[in-house]
Amino acid sequence: MNQDIKRYFPILNQEVNGHPLVYLDSAATSQKPIQVIEAMRNYYELDNSNVHRGVHTLGNRATDLYEGAREKVRKFINANSTKEVIFTRGTTTSLNTVAGGYARQTLQEGDEIVISYMEHHSNIIPWQQVAKEKGAVLKYLDLEADGTISLDTVRKTITPKTKIVSVMMVSNVLGTINPVKEIAKIAHENGAIMVVDGAQAVPHMKVDVQDIDCDFLAFSGHKMCGPTGIGVLYGKQAILENMEPVEFGGEMIDFVGLHDSTWKELPWKFEGGTPIIASAIGLGAAIDFLNEIGLENIEAYEHKLAAYAMDQMETIDGLEIYGPRDPNKRCGLVTFNLADVHPHDVATVLDMNGIAVRAGHHCAQPLMKWLQVSATARASFYMYNDEADIDALVAGLQAAKEYFNDVF
Amino acid sequence: MSFNNNLDQLYRSVIMDHYKNPRNKGSLEDESVTIDMNNPTCGDRIHLTLKVEDGIVQDAKFDGEGCSISMSSASMMTQIVKGRKKEEALELAEIFSKMMLGEEFDVDKYDLGDVEALQGVAKFPARIKCATLAWKAMEKGVKSDNE
Repeated sequence: MNQDIKRYFPILNQEVNGHPLVYLDSAATSQKPIQVIEAMRNYYELDNSNVHRGVHTLGNRATDLYEGAREKVRKFINANSTKEVIFTRGTTTSLNTVAGGYARQTLQEGDEIVISYMEHHSNIIPWQQVAKEKGAVLKYLDLEADGTISLDTVRKTITPKTKIVSVMMVSNVLGTINPVKEIAKIAHENGAIMVVDGAQAVPHMKVDVQDIDCDFLAFSGHKMCGPTGIGVLYGKQAILENMEPVEFGGEMIDFVGLHDSTWKELPWKFEGGTPIIASAIGLGAAIDFLNEIGLENIEAYEHKLAAYAMDQMETIDGLEIYGPRDPNKRCGLVTFNLADVHPHDVATVLDMNGIAVRAGHHCAQPLMKWLQVSATARASFYMYNDEADIDALVAGLQAAKEYFNDVF
Repeated sequence: MSFNNNLDQLYRSVIMDHYKNPRNKGSLEDESVTIDMNNPTCGDRIHLTLKVEDGIVQDAKFDGEGCSISMSSASMMTQIVKGRKKEEALELAEIFSKMMLGEEFDVDKYDLGDVEALQGVAKFPARIKCATLAWKAMEKGVKSDNE
């Protein structure tokens, strides 16, 4: 599918360090198709104006485009209403809004928050902070040896004292696809709410908030072909209605007095200040693009790529892959270490070959500790990658190994 | 392969020698200063112990984990600061920082020895932080020593 798709991504058509660019870092940020770039340029060239306030025509156009993007997001995640779709700066801001808003306003001393060992820092630190402030207890779901979460562990860890469960749907390191729907059920049985970090899932597979029955879902635009600086917080309407805003100022108010004010209705009460208009429109265009290809196709294609990548990479002597080996339990990324060569050194050698991978702790230090490594390298795929990219990666890894064997 | 020329500027054999056979690895037992530092973006970590007496860095040892650049740089740093006056050690840290940033420095003031091999790192912006970690730790340690 990719040759047709690759042409929509002008950035991929270039040489890096004298080699054709092989971009394998989409889990950090995806590339942007011309449709997204053009939607944002058109907005700035033709329609730019502030939203929800101008009486003039441009103001109406900008508002229609911005709210139109919200409706695209609603449909994309199957939310009940656009009142449940809040535009934020990204997954981090979305999760901080839940921790700094909902959690801060509802937690009591001794209440429990349950997360897992594989979480990204953005789904750890907001909970650490609110737990410290409210005297709540932060608990971690232990992982199985293959880097998955077992429902037995979930049942044992979540108790009636648990008020919030927050788990990533797809791991940015292990690639594991977590059973968030089943975890949500157990959370609800215990009277807790379920927060899903969808940063690595929403770009790559169908995520249906009503099917999962999560109370909150957080994700970022820039990992799904959209621009940076835009993300989404989905929340169930009943919860959002009772939640106080965390940011105050223009755009989010109804009536402002000298000593007290009231808020706009949902979702705008959570969108203080001039919103991220152009990026929201860009995200809308990204959703159109993903829908056109079809998320089912993207998911199936990435499964295939990941399986091929693991098969090929395992032929390299001394290469260790982290996370589940079963391609059905994981998504399109492969995290690995190459024998005694440090991942930074691996990444530098690959970069000299035009291949972009991530190296480091991937914003998941507790997970690195669990894996007993200080750092790893990661190759992550999207619909514009193909088997030739993986062949280039494998050749690059062989070269890295030989190079370091030679100099040692 | 075609990229080896570029890579050879970074991975000079003296660097790989320090990586494979680090000098002054371990922890001093009679240290006067201990510094733990890490590079939060990549997880490199250094544990540096210094024995500073009479204004002189009498001994230095390091422990830690990281890539070839960060660990070889730590090894070279301990080698060059041992026996130096505190002011000299701090000046060397400054010279090293300038070398990494590609800024000019007084090349004749010190014989940099093995450290010169790290000059190529300046051409790899993503790796500069790896190289400077140990030097920042040393600078912090020497400055904090109030004997």
